[in-house]
Amino acid sequence: MSHFDLIVVGAGIIGAACADAATAAGLRVAIVEPGPIGGGSTAAAMGHLVAMDDDPVELALSRYSLQLWEAFADLAEAEFSRCGTLWVARNPQEIGAIDTRIARLAAAGIEARAVDADELYRLEPLLAPGMAGGLRVPGDAVVYPPRVALHLVKRACAHGATLHHGRRVLTLGDGAVTLDDGSRLVGPVLVATGCALPQLLPELPMRSRKGHLVITDRYPGLLHHQVLELGYADSAHGDADSSVAFNVQPRPTGQILIGSSREFGDGDSAVSPPMVQRMLQRAFTFMPGLRDLQALRTWTGFRPTPIDGRPYLGAVPGYRDVWAAAGHEGLGVTTALGSARLLIDLLRGDTPAIDPAPFAPSRVTT
Amino acid sequence: MTERYDVLVVGAGPAGLAAAQAAASHGRRVGVIDAQARPGGQVWRHDIAKPPTRAAQAAIAAIDHVELLAGHTVIASEGHTLRTESAHGAHDLEYSALILATGARELLLPFPGWTLPGVTGAGGLQALVKQGWPITGKRVIVAGSGPLLLAAADSLRTHGAQLLGIHEQAPARTMAAFTAQLWRWPERAMQALGLRARLASVPYRFGSHVRAAFGRETLEAVEIVGPHGVQRVACDHLAVGYGLVPDTGLARLLGCALQDGAVHPGVRVDSFGRTSVTHVFAAGEACGIGGLAVARIEGAIAGHAAAGDDASATALLRRRTRARRFSGLLARSFALVPHLHALATPQTTVCRCEDVPLGALDDFSDTRAARLASRCGMGACQGRICGSALAELGRFMPAGSGRPPLFPARLDSLAASAGDLSVTADC
Repeated sequence: MSHFDLIVVGAGIIGAACADAATAAGLRVAIVEPGPIGGGSTAAAMGHLVAMDDDPVELALSRYSLQLWEAFADLAEAEFSRCGTLWVARNPQEIGAIDTRIARLAAAGIEARAVDADELYRLEPLLAPGMAGGLRVPGDAVVYPPRVALHLVKRACAHGATLHHGRRVLTLGDGAVTLDDGSRLVGPVLVATGCALPQLLPELPMRSRKGHLVITDRYPGLLHHQVLELGYADSAHGDADSSVAFNVQPRPTGQILIGSSREFGDGDSAVSPPMVQRMLQRAFTFMPGLRDLQALRTWTGFRPTPIDGRPYLGAVPGYRDVWAAAGHEGLGVTTALGSARLLIDLLRGDTPAIDPAPFAPSRVTT
Repeated sequence: MTERYDVLVVGAGPAGLAAAQAAASHGRRVGVIDAQARPGGQVWRHDIAKPPTRAAQAAIAAIDHVELLAGHTVIASEGHTLRTESAHGAHDLEYSALILATGARELLLPFPGWTLPGVTGAGGLQALVKQGWPITGKRVIVAGSGPLLLAAADSLRTHGAQLLGIHEQAPARTMAAFTAQLWRWPERAMQALGLRARLASVPYRFGSHVRAAFGRETLEAVEIVGPHGVQRVACDHLAVGYGLVPDTGLARLLGCALQDGAVHPGVRVDSFGRTSVTHVFAAGEACGIGGLAVARIEGAIAGHAAAGDDASATALLRRRTRARRFSGLLARSFALVPHLHALATPQTTVCRCEDVPLGALDDFSDTRAARLASRCGMGACQGRICGSALAELGRFMPAGSGRPPLFPARLDSLAASAGDLSVTADC
């Protein structure tokens, strides 16, 4: 039997960030991960560090987290690239929404500015003719999530964390877990298993929202910003059974990563050709020039999605010393570092930098 | 619009041509897909310098009732439909039965200098010169393992290369035992004798391999280790291949089970060529390296079986068993000596697409973790080269996601919905 100050279950980007923050705070940490580090939703993610302003609660968490990401800007493993985000408006109606968004971002301390059509085409000449303008957020960036997760776990281990790699948690109790090799770890438990959260904590509802991505061959200099349609939030945070949105990202290699799709389904990870077709057709509407690029790979991933779309961060009601950090939908990479700090502050009895109440797991269990 | 075939064959090499011929003999509508502009596959690849062999001519002439979809690359699959890409765009081809005759790929092993321009696969350089790539007067060393080395050297000689030597890694003792067995397969023996006679002036060394390649911008010299020590030889080209491995990419995309326990597993089939997926057959090298004779017989068996004529397929089974015995002899005779696995250093590039050195994989025991962290096998070739090499080195199982696109394809080709596609008849 081994005693720890924190047992982190799951080494995706969220669990890895929590383990790193906990060791930095001087805690004795154990990490349990049955598969590759960052091998779940983290591996499938685009790695877009983005300030989404449609939910003020998420924006506060994102803003807090984006500041913490700055410490990774020069880290080779992060493959950090500050390409900024360019939101594209197709018509005057969408242009009309831009000022509100700028104001909301500014209130959170995030720089954003409107661009007219001329500047839009100067910034991204690939865009289809007829776009009305856009919104540019220069501080947004992209990273390579699985390598960041691996880096965070290695750093946690360098600060004394114990990694139980290839081990699975069989049973969860008050302040203890039993692993599949029979060993028992004792101490506060943090469950950060994303889509798999209900396996250990069935009282916290979680749906898996499937997404598809396509990556192209290398075309250095063809795309400069992560470019999305302004209507993206309707797809991302709406509750439709399936939706697609224009969302393309320049990788530092010159490859172009093309998303995005969302669908609730049966958990089948196979690539769905009709969904890829729908997603690419959407992308061609905004960037017809993408048609001639060579696709190298497609893949799918699952976004852990609570009913209200907000992550669970906090103590799990009905248990002693069991905590949850999971359910970040499509913002897990953006909000990982902030989520980790908030969680470790709560665990230590400190006051978090932002209001934790909207993320409390108790909101769904009472 | 979707074209419909009773039997669709992927690959117009010896196995695919035999399969198409057999299926068409039952009056079925048969289509043969091949990425190349002309039928023949690798073995019978069109050579600008000489006419095709009689066997190749006959096999190609025999498919006159078959629709040849030349220049089509299979990129995706859904249900009973393959999506292909050609110079004319994307096409959907529906089938009642599908025969995979996807052949083999050359096994390349990493060693210091193997990424220098001037170093190619043996079969790779052979294919290039057959298409007219200039080799006249160039100093070429052929190295690696297997009968392909002689065939490649023969083509290189025909096109005017100055062959400095052929270096077979298998020891002289094993090669002598192999030659002593050859009389059992007279056709093979004649073929080998013919090749050796035409290459009589070229040194053919056994127990000999290239340890490293050197050059500033391009290849300038190689270091060869043989029974009598190490020698450094100046050359313009090194054509090096360590034999063939089954090409199972499409089989994996379709979900066909592969053979258990093999380092380079082929598609698992029963005696009629049926894979684990209903209505999907496989024949020839894709089911395990066996050579031309095996490919012809297995192609015919699968073609008859796919057309529903089990009796004609059954009649060929004894010939198949005998021909497959030769593949066993080949595998034993040209088994790679262990020290070839140690040629690459931690600094040697293993994944050329993503520039990953072998040493970058040292910390990982899990294929997926290594791929995620290093991106090994995630580039343009999708692990086709490094996957087989790493499997040979005992590191990982072959890479490859089994996800579309099977080969790099235009986004437009992936994006078209089935109803939007043009008819294929004119391409």
